[in-house]
Amino acid sequence: MNVVIDNLPAYLEGFGQTLSLLLIAGLGALVVGTVVAAMRISPVPALSSVAAVYTELLRNTPLTLVLFFCAIILPYLGSELPYFWCAIIGLTAYTSPFVAEALRSGINGVPVGQAEAARSLGLGFGQTVSIVIFPQAFRMVIPPLINVLIALTKNTSVAGGFFVAELFGVGRTLANANGNAVIAVLLAVATFYLIITIPLGILAGRLEKRFAVQR
Amino acid sequence: MSASVLFDAPGPRAKRRSRVASVIVILVVLAGLSWIVYTLAQPRESGGIIVPGYFDWTRWEKPVTDPEFWGAVGRGVLGTLQAAAIAAAGAIAIGVLFALLRTSPLALVRVPTTIVLEFFRGMPVLLMMLFILLVASTGAFWAVVIALAVYNGALIGEALRAGIVSLPRGQREAGLSLGLTRLQTKLQIEFPQAFRQMLPIIVAQLVVLLKDTSLGYIVGYNELIRTTMNNLSSFYGNRYLITLFIITLVIYLAINLSLSWVARRLARRRSPKALKAAGPENPENAATE
Repeated sequence: MNVVIDNLPAYLEGFGQTLSLLLIAGLGALVVGTVVAAMRISPVPALSSVAAVYTELLRNTPLTLVLFFCAIILPYLGSELPYFWCAIIGLTAYTSPFVAEALRSGINGVPVGQAEAARSLGLGFGQTVSIVIFPQAFRMVIPPLINVLIALTKNTSVAGGFFVAELFGVGRTLANANGNAVIAVLLAVATFYLIITIPLGILAGRLEKRFAVQR
Repeated sequence: MSASVLFDAPGPRAKRRSRVASVIVILVVLAGLSWIVYTLAQPRESGGIIVPGYFDWTRWEKPVTDPEFWGAVGRGVLGTLQAAAIAAAGAIAIGVLFALLRTSPLALVRVPTTIVLEFFRGMPVLLMMLFILLVASTGAFWAVVIALAVYNGALIGEALRAGIVSLPRGQREAGLSLGLTRLQTKLQIEFPQAFRQMLPIIVAQLVVLLKDTSLGYIVGYNELIRTTMNNLSSFYGNRYLITLFIITLVIYLAINLSLSWVARRLARRRSPKALKAAGPENPENAATE
């Protein structure tokens, strides 16, 4: 236990890095994912197929390979980004198709009658999507989106394997330095992750229940 | 909802506009691709030596024509598949166990199981791998396999539990009234149905498991990425890094896309009614990373 208390500043620093990875990459993934989802449902065939290829490609590539590309191949090709931003790019790219799919299944979950009613009132594509479909899809999409963010929280640990000193990286260094207290060191790291993931999970469950009653 | 409800069947003008937009998109994509190709094709200077561009055969020749190379890649693929297969079997067994304990009538069993499940679900697999590696000193292979089995077992257990809960009450009541014990009812009546209903979600989770074996790269297990990007790239030299990356990517895409395809076929074969009871209509989204 003493090891944990003595190294609390290191833990907190790692926790801060994990949180910033989560917030920046999460925000990026939301933006990119929304654009991809919009492209996916658009009437222009080229747009929707580009979005489909992007989704399939990234969803079927392991995160390790994506981060390897960002942290090792990009610098090899001459980029001079710090590792933190390499990790952000990788995590954003990897998470965005999951966001897009969550949004798309939310849009698909809105009953057809809603769109038909909007169309028969004379609303166009943009109007139908933005004033009728999206506000309804939005609430159905929140719990799955939170689940995507929980997955992202856990995925930030992979960045620790690629030279970013976030929680996992800090834990690994401390575990190597304190061979006699490995269990305490790693359990403390797990606790910090649980501080983020468990409240988010409870929130997702609550919202799911609340929104489910309304339909 | 089919997308076609969202907009009218396009008339001549809309068709023209959509075609123009398509052409612009295609041009932008082509421009992006050709920029990448151009950049890769440029000769580069590293340490005073001019290295030819990536589409030059010399950037490929040495590894690709070497039978040893393909043997090593094959061992990497085997390492990935082996870890994934054993972890998948373990994950299903652990998932069944978790689901049984989690639906137990005894609060003394149910509550601790729930806490343990939440604990496993809330932390990164990578951390679990490191924990097993350092604490149990099992060696990298078993660290990867056990961590993946436990983590995905927890997720599959949750899916199975949701499947049991969504069954009509009559199934269980009928079992009990036939004189089966609670455990018999659960094992012989409820479980087989829940398992069938949740099969698409379970398969999707197994695809995720396969992808996650790549975390072995970080804890030092020789799976595909570690074999190609670490061992082979230091054997053949850094100049083959991108060649090796492209080969690795293609192999992963081939394995995962075919597995995802199986998952999707399974999902389609479920009747719509069963799917509705199962909840999420797209099983791939239900799988958690």
